[in-house]
Amino acid sequence: MDLTYTAEQQAFRAEARSWLEASVPKQPLASFDTPEGFEAHREWEKKLHAGGFAMVPWPTEYGGRGADLLEWLIFEEEYYRAGAPGRVNQNGIFLLGPTIMEYGTPEQKARFLPKMASSEEVWAQGWSEPNAGSDMAAIQTTAIRDGDDYVINGQKTWASRGAYAHWLFGLFRTDPESSRHKGLTFVLVPMNTPGITVRPIEKINGKKAFAEVFFDDARVPVANRLGDEGAGWSVAMATAGFERGLMLRSPARFQSTARRLVELYRATLAQGGFVDAGLRNRVTQCWIRAEAYALNTYQTVSRLLAGGKIGAEASLNKIFWSELDIEMHTVALALLESRGELLPSAPAAGDVGDWLEGYIFALAGPIYAGTNEIQRNIIAERILGLPRK
Amino acid sequence: MEFGFSEDQTLLQQTVRDFLEKECTPDAVRSLWERETGRSPELWGKLSEIGLPALMVPEVYGGLGLDERDMVLVLEETGRFALAEPIVTTAVVAAPLLGRLIDTEHSAFAASWLERIASGDALVAVAPEGQPLIADAHVAYLLLLSHGDRLYAAEPDHVQLTAQPANDQSQRLFTVNWDSQKALCLASGNEGRSLQAELLDRGAFGCAAQLLGVTDRLIEMGALYASQRKQFGVAVGSFQAVKHRLANAKVDLEYGRSIIHRSAHSVSTNSPSRSVDVSMAKSFIGEAARFAAGESLQVHGAIGYTYEQDLHIWMKRAWSLDLAFGSGAWHRARIGDALTEGGLSAPHFGFEPRGL
Ligand SMILES: Cc1cc2nc3c(=O)[nH]c(=O)nc-3n(C[C@H](O)[C@H](O)[C@H](O)COP(=O)(O)OP(=O)(O)OC[C@H]3O[C@@H](n4cnc5c(N)ncnc54)[C@H](O)[C@@H]3O)c2cc1C
Repeated sequence: MDLTYTAEQQAFRAEARSWLEASVPKQPLASFDTPEGFEAHREWEKKLHAGGFAMVPWPTEYGGRGADLLEWLIFEEEYYRAGAPGRVNQNGIFLLGPTIMEYGTPEQKARFLPKMASSEEVWAQGWSEPNAGSDMAAIQTTAIRDGDDYVINGQKTWASRGAYAHWLFGLFRTDPESSRHKGLTFVLVPMNTPGITVRPIEKINGKKAFAEVFFDDARVPVANRLGDEGAGWSVAMATAGFERGLMLRSPARFQSTARRLVELYRATLAQGGFVDAGLRNRVTQCWIRAEAYALNTYQTVSRLLAGGKIGAEASLNKIFWSELDIEMHTVALALLESRGELLPSAPAAGDVGDWLEGYIFALAGPIYAGTNEIQRNIIAERILGLPRK
Repeated sequence: MEFGFSEDQTLLQQTVRDFLEKECTPDAVRSLWERETGRSPELWGKLSEIGLPALMVPEVYGGLGLDERDMVLVLEETGRFALAEPIVTTAVVAAPLLGRLIDTEHSAFAASWLERIASGDALVAVAPEGQPLIADAHVAYLLLLSHGDRLYAAEPDHVQLTAQPANDQSQRLFTVNWDSQKALCLASGNEGRSLQAELLDRGAFGCAAQLLGVTDRLIEMGALYASQRKQFGVAVGSFQAVKHRLANAKVDLEYGRSIIHRSAHSVSTNSPSRSVDVSMAKSFIGEAARFAAGESLQVHGAIGYTYEQDLHIWMKRAWSLDLAFGSGAWHRARIGDALTEGGLSAPHFGFEPRGL
């Protein structure tokens, strides 16, 4: 155990820091759940890519810089320190990207990864269906083989950024006679395929954050299949592992929120605002838990670098970060008192920041990426060995 | 940067686990409750043979010269088996504190006690400043006591003990009457305060590391029982309300583990963030342990509430360790102070340096 950064790691941090300081937009971008914001975020991604920082842990031939996971954590720390924009292509770069690295053919890697890294192509995730939420094995949308194509019929829903994305990766039933986990196949679908209709869905703040996607004889080449036909479930589980585990929600995100919370707490004290012992205790708890999440991730990364694997423990992460995120935003709103109700556009809002927006987003954390109830089932059954029935 | 353990370290952990599994069974723990001292010189002798008290004593004094990063896994095992012997105060608190005196006028004194600890020939009791109760004072060969800005060493003849029966039958707590004139002043002023602070941090770290094993055991017992006990024709562990209780306890345990391992590093390197890191560890795992105790009790039902069932051995250990060397609330307040006063303001991420 040695918790000091090497000279190379420090040099990498310094390089990332100075590039980000010079490059991060001075004004916050519009939400990527709006058409303008979506394009503004792609512009930012292009710049990040040109600077060589779009996907640091990827091999250079795919637009990365071949960094290891520790350097990735360092990069994320610098990214959040600099207050850089959210990653509009997170479903691509953090979830599908690693899955393609593991299951893709050389042609697929060459075809998809570079354009993903540059966000020329932004990805949506097409798993959920009206009748397949937590019970993802209930997927009904079919992809029936016809010559060199799959012909897709059915409906996906809740696809984040589905209103704007260029591509969608999803699980489809290639064997109509099959049931549950069998007969599912992982397919990559261009959103401009004839037969696809997208209907945006507004989330509770009215922004078009996700979409329903309807398939009516949409034809997609068989070459777009990731992994074997019928093996989609296990490919998707790898993606889910990245989602629940360390890729999607790196610790810097929560440490950065915890720091802003501590700053808000201090400012509230300084201005004579209301802070009782209970609030102070919650601020402290949040700070501790954000630290805990970071420490745990460093530990996981060390294990992975030593050849270990991440399995059901990803469910521990999912619960921890999602519930911490809600608590931090809840405490912040309490510190803001009635100003916590104001939208940033309100004249009296002052510097309330995006706590409210963050709160609304945080509330979805225990729902997406597998609800926290499902994660608790996984922990109980696969880690603690409790009987399924 | 490498946040994990070496093969040697996990091997040592396994050795201690195998040893305690044989020597420190629940029956053995219970039988010591019946002894007046509550302690077993035989067991301490065997622990000394496998090198536990000597672990962090420098090699020149007959020790193994290892540090907290090795010890933390060993301590977890002592918690898992509810070992009652004063390994934390002797090996984790006293030995390193004595080591700090090697370069002072008390060099000879420190060296001789270090040798005795390493050979298994000395138990040490310690008291942080302001703490009225001292554990294991009745079996100690040496007591490290705090008063004002001074740290003293007292020998048993010079102290008067009053036993204070405790809820955890393995605990032996005392109030101590002592005359500082008759004790040896080891350090005063800044030096004294600094050693007192280290004494507290070390004790809290040791208890936190033990609580890891205690918590793990509580959850394991709950899971095992819930898998076997049948109601409504099925194992009660198949009910989701039961599953989720234990899953929640497991989440906290695993995050506590990372914090405690980090605090082992901070104590061993005497990092500027040592106190914050120890306070995080102690407050987090204390709460996690109490929580696991409550959830495990609930999934056991009435049987878990009996004296006969072993669950209360670990429940009581969770409670007593949570309160020793600063309660969770006290440690959290210490972090809260630092956050309020700006001592933790320096922006940092990951393992960038920070202080209290
Ligand atoms: C902001 C957001 C973004 C999303 N983005 C995407 C996306 O990009 N792509 C995509 O495919 N999906 C996406 N989703 C959908 C998400 O994956 C699903 O919402 C999730 O899987 C839960 O399914 P459901 O909403 O149908 O809830 P249901 O499965 O109907 O669950 C309702 C309630 O019942 C509980 N429940 C269900 N089954 C069990 C069980 N076995 N044990 C205990 N409790 C149970 C759930 O935990 C939940 O509390 C997104 C959702 C949100 C909120």
